[in-house]
Amino acid sequence: MSLPARWKNKIVPSDPSDEIMELQMGPSHPASHGTIKFNLKLDGERIVDCDVEVGYLHRGFEKMCEQGTWTQCFPYTDRLNYASPCINNVGFALAVERLIGIDTTERCKYVRMIMSEVSRIADHLTCLGMASSEVGATTVAFYMLEAREFLYDLIEAVTGARLTVTWCRVGGMTHDLPADFNDRMKASFARLDQVLSDCDKLLSRNRVFIDRMANVGNLSKEEAISYGLTGPLLRAAGVSYDVRKAHPYLVYDRMDFEVPLGDRGDNYDRFNVRFQEMYQSKRIIEQAIAALPEGPVTITDPKVVLPDKEKVYNSIEGLMNHFKLIMEGIHVPAGEVYQAVEGGNGELGFYIVSDGSGRPYRVRVRPPCFLGMGALNKMLIGRMIPDIITTFGMINMIGGECDR
Amino acid sequence: MLAEKIKARFGAEILSAQNDRDEETFTIDRERAYDFFRALRDDPDFQFNFLTDLTAVDWLDRKPRFDVVYQLNSLTLSHRIRVKIGVDGTEPWVHSVVGVWGAADWLERECFDMFGIAFKGHPDLRRILMYDSFEGHPLRKDYLYNKRQPIVPEIDPVVNPIRPTR
Repeated sequence: MSLPARWKNKIVPSDPSDEIMELQMGPSHPASHGTIKFNLKLDGERIVDCDVEVGYLHRGFEKMCEQGTWTQCFPYTDRLNYASPCINNVGFALAVERLIGIDTTERCKYVRMIMSEVSRIADHLTCLGMASSEVGATTVAFYMLEAREFLYDLIEAVTGARLTVTWCRVGGMTHDLPADFNDRMKASFARLDQVLSDCDKLLSRNRVFIDRMANVGNLSKEEAISYGLTGPLLRAAGVSYDVRKAHPYLVYDRMDFEVPLGDRGDNYDRFNVRFQEMYQSKRIIEQAIAALPEGPVTITDPKVVLPDKEKVYNSIEGLMNHFKLIMEGIHVPAGEVYQAVEGGNGELGFYIVSDGSGRPYRVRVRPPCFLGMGALNKMLIGRMIPDIITTFGMINMIGGECDR
Repeated sequence: MLAEKIKARFGAEILSAQNDRDEETFTIDRERAYDFFRALRDDPDFQFNFLTDLTAVDWLDRKPRFDVVYQLNSLTLSHRIRVKIGVDGTEPWVHSVVGVWGAADWLERECFDMFGIAFKGHPDLRRILMYDSFEGHPLRKDYLYNKRQPIVPEIDPVVNPIRPTR
């Protein structure tokens, strides 16, 4: 079979007379957690070409955000990366606050940072647990999901929900930390420590695991940068770029933490970078709790924040204030802003445009795992079918975020 | 500082520049975009080696109608800028920057899918989030959010194994 011209620079099959088999893997495949389709061209079991099809979970996030008020976007942001919804909430709130030109209270910044880091650990636990179960380490998956459950309990105590938190607001949050947060956190972290150390023993020097992960899905530094990879994927290739360090937001510049780096850019490095990041997130949370200032978590600007229910029910000014904010929305001055936060998968950016009315004119989210999926083709060509599973697992494609 | 340097170096390409909320935005000429971006990437003073994001904004009644918006970042020098290209509504197009940053591949496909802006020189410009027979471009302001789409006939995957690709 003659080869199409576009394969000329790609892998040439070992024997030109071999037939190229076309195989569609997905969109609903038991080993890929997420709805995604790989259109494969195979020479035996070797991947000659891989066309990645995404979009099965497209719900029109950006379009729907234009239909309501700024505050009504928060529930949509929960559903981007649903493994770490607090970070999405915080990113969107920060973007709108910068566009309005308001600053939140000190306590608010600390609390947002603490919850972002708790979410990051939960996100990494989901990713690593699922990825290990796909290579056969089901025990690790259940250990990690159990640990994630402790963190979800923590998130539930703060926000009232496990996943769809809708917890941030422009100018603050709906809830402060509960009074017993410190004790809950200590209890959760004690069990998390146990799980992490168990999983480390089970996997990090496990021959079967290393054989599946090491030297698979490699990307060089230059390729990773060119393809716009961020987060663990970029850091595994040895590029020290973390939004928390490079463009600090909230109070990350006051925290002492390290950015774990890999050097080969393969799946094993990605796994390790994520694993080490969980320890760093713990460090940040412990420092933040120690330095947590007292005070309110929400500012009192009546143009931005809803008045207390007491005022709404007992005074006409309060009622009008409430009515205007609910019906017309927050009037965000015309302009545009790009605000990035470090999500579980990398740089999560919100580019928002306002025309001065109470509704967003354009809300664009830069989804980190969408860019990772864009580079998947590059990581897979020339590899075997089982490598798709580990590489795809390490990209941690979250449908809600990738397809929006 | 950075803005002054860029203005001094690319005076001819830049149509306007503004600083809003500590973010630098440059509007450039469509025809020279590719060389401008490549120079921004390769110039040791700027080193914009990272295309953070590429999207568009539809200003329905304005002329030109669309803004194609590039968010650039330099991982080495740690600075960001935003670059815009104004594109008119009838047959909108810009030059593709896939040759400058690999990330532009999927981002431009998404922008084409959502806004119908053609990227000249893109190796594989086809829809990415929507399906092939989707009618219209959903993020345009004249596409109603509750618009319905015709039902697509089922395609037998055995008869049509893989849709036409690159």
